[in-house]
Amino acid sequence: MTRATAKDRGAGIVGPLLVIALLLIGWQWYATHGGPGNDVLPPPSRVWEQGWAARADLWANAIPTLRATLIGFALSLVIGFLLSVILDSSGLVRRSVMPVLVVTQTLPLIVIAPLMILWFGFELLPKVLIVALVTFFPITVSLVEGYASADRDAETLLRSMGAGRMRIFRSLRFPSAMPYFFAGLRIAITYAVVAAIFAEYAGASEGLGIYMQLSKNSFRTDLVLAAVAVSALLTLMLFAITYVIERLTVPWLRLYRQSQVSP
Amino acid sequence: MSMDGNSAKTSRVAVNGLNQSFGDLEVLRGLSLHANKGEFVTILGPSGSGKSTFFSVLTGAATPSSGEVLVDGSPLSARGEHFAFMPQKDALLPWRRVLDNLTLGLEVQGVKRAQARERVRPLVPIFGLEGFEDAYPFELSGGMRQRAALLRTVVQDRDVLLLDEPFGALDALTRTQMQAWLEQMWEEFRWTVLLITHDAREAVFLSDRIYVLSQRPATVVAEIEVPLPRPRTIDMVSDPVFAGIEAQLLKILLAGS
Repeated sequence: MTRATAKDRGAGIVGPLLVIALLLIGWQWYATHGGPGNDVLPPPSRVWEQGWAARADLWANAIPTLRATLIGFALSLVIGFLLSVILDSSGLVRRSVMPVLVVTQTLPLIVIAPLMILWFGFELLPKVLIVALVTFFPITVSLVEGYASADRDAETLLRSMGAGRMRIFRSLRFPSAMPYFFAGLRIAITYAVVAAIFAEYAGASEGLGIYMQLSKNSFRTDLVLAAVAVSALLTLMLFAITYVIERLTVPWLRLYRQSQVSP
Repeated sequence: MSMDGNSAKTSRVAVNGLNQSFGDLEVLRGLSLHANKGEFVTILGPSGSGKSTFFSVLTGAATPSSGEVLVDGSPLSARGEHFAFMPQKDALLPWRRVLDNLTLGLEVQGVKRAQARERVRPLVPIFGLEGFEDAYPFELSGGMRQRAALLRTVVQDRDVLLLDEPFGALDALTRTQMQAWLEQMWEEFRWTVLLITHDAREAVFLSDRIYVLSQRPATVVAEIEVPLPRPRTIDMVSDPVFAGIEAQLLKILLAGS
């Protein structure tokens, strides 16, 4: 990341908004000028109107989705971290365990999600597990690569000071991994809401996923799209929060990156 | 090669017949040297001559194939707790503020952070770091970073300082300034120092005694006393004695390569 000038920052917000506005205008025009009709493709104005009218329902269903996302993601962080520590313990362990983790990422969710519902019921647990399954991998991989990025000289230095394995991990390898971790965290968080919705889609009593499915079944495409917009907002919000957390927990990182590009 | 048979009894550090091989690669061959208390000793050798391997034996990072290292006449314990090591790159941790980098060694030794800070603080102005305690290392100049790295090294209160090409990464002007500064510091504190370098002028300027190492496998090919008075100043580089020793060192180094 380079130092953002005021102009760059402006472009960072204005650019995407402009693109989204153009897409919405095009969509609005197409849907109202001989499009396939409201059941198939309602114009954004209708999505907004109907979504606003159904805001109480959307809100009531967004909360369980957000809950499943956050609990699942918290579980994912714990599992991701523990796995990263195990993988970091030796090259042999890494080579033996990593392929298994890769396999977990090849499992077709469309099959796994209904099985989870079958095994764990319609409540929170299967959603949490699916969110964790989908999001732990980028966290683990980014941490493992981050540990390996630790400065060799600093490790030699700590050894010469009499530091043991734990001390080196705590004082060097773990902090070294933070820039990598936050990159992985941001990848993971973008999957998290979608994973929760997918799990709900496979079977739930509440949540945006089941709301979308019910709306679709009653040909309320406008409400499906309104729920999609809500889920996108949730993801954007969580994505933004990762930056806040980064600022608070690793305040040096932003300054460090700035110092690497300025003379 | 010169070996002082009596030195082992009185020296702060005595290295006797050190051999080190990694598989077929012989890195150190019968390396013997010593440093007395409060003596500034330089190990001068070509790049890749195994100087750093020698230091890793002293810090306990590597176990020698054979030979012994004595500190005050006793064998080196498994953990290199007699030596405070300063690596070539400063290895300051970017997430720790300067003061917290300075206390790192003490913290590893188990000193409480508040106590460690108390021990470090009086040295901060002496090392020219006053006002930068709360800065991050990447906000400092190259010279300041090296001063911080040296402070982090000396505050550990070990018997011997191991300086591994401490100014190798600096530009020529800053390097000269840092050498003069290190000389002043040494005059004040009289640490026992083992310095690794491949810079002959740096060696003459700073040292009481210089060991010249051969190409790998490294062994001592010359031991040279530097009879220049202290404190040393930059003008001395044009002194005939200084120039003579520097020329002699270069000749030995070039003959070996």
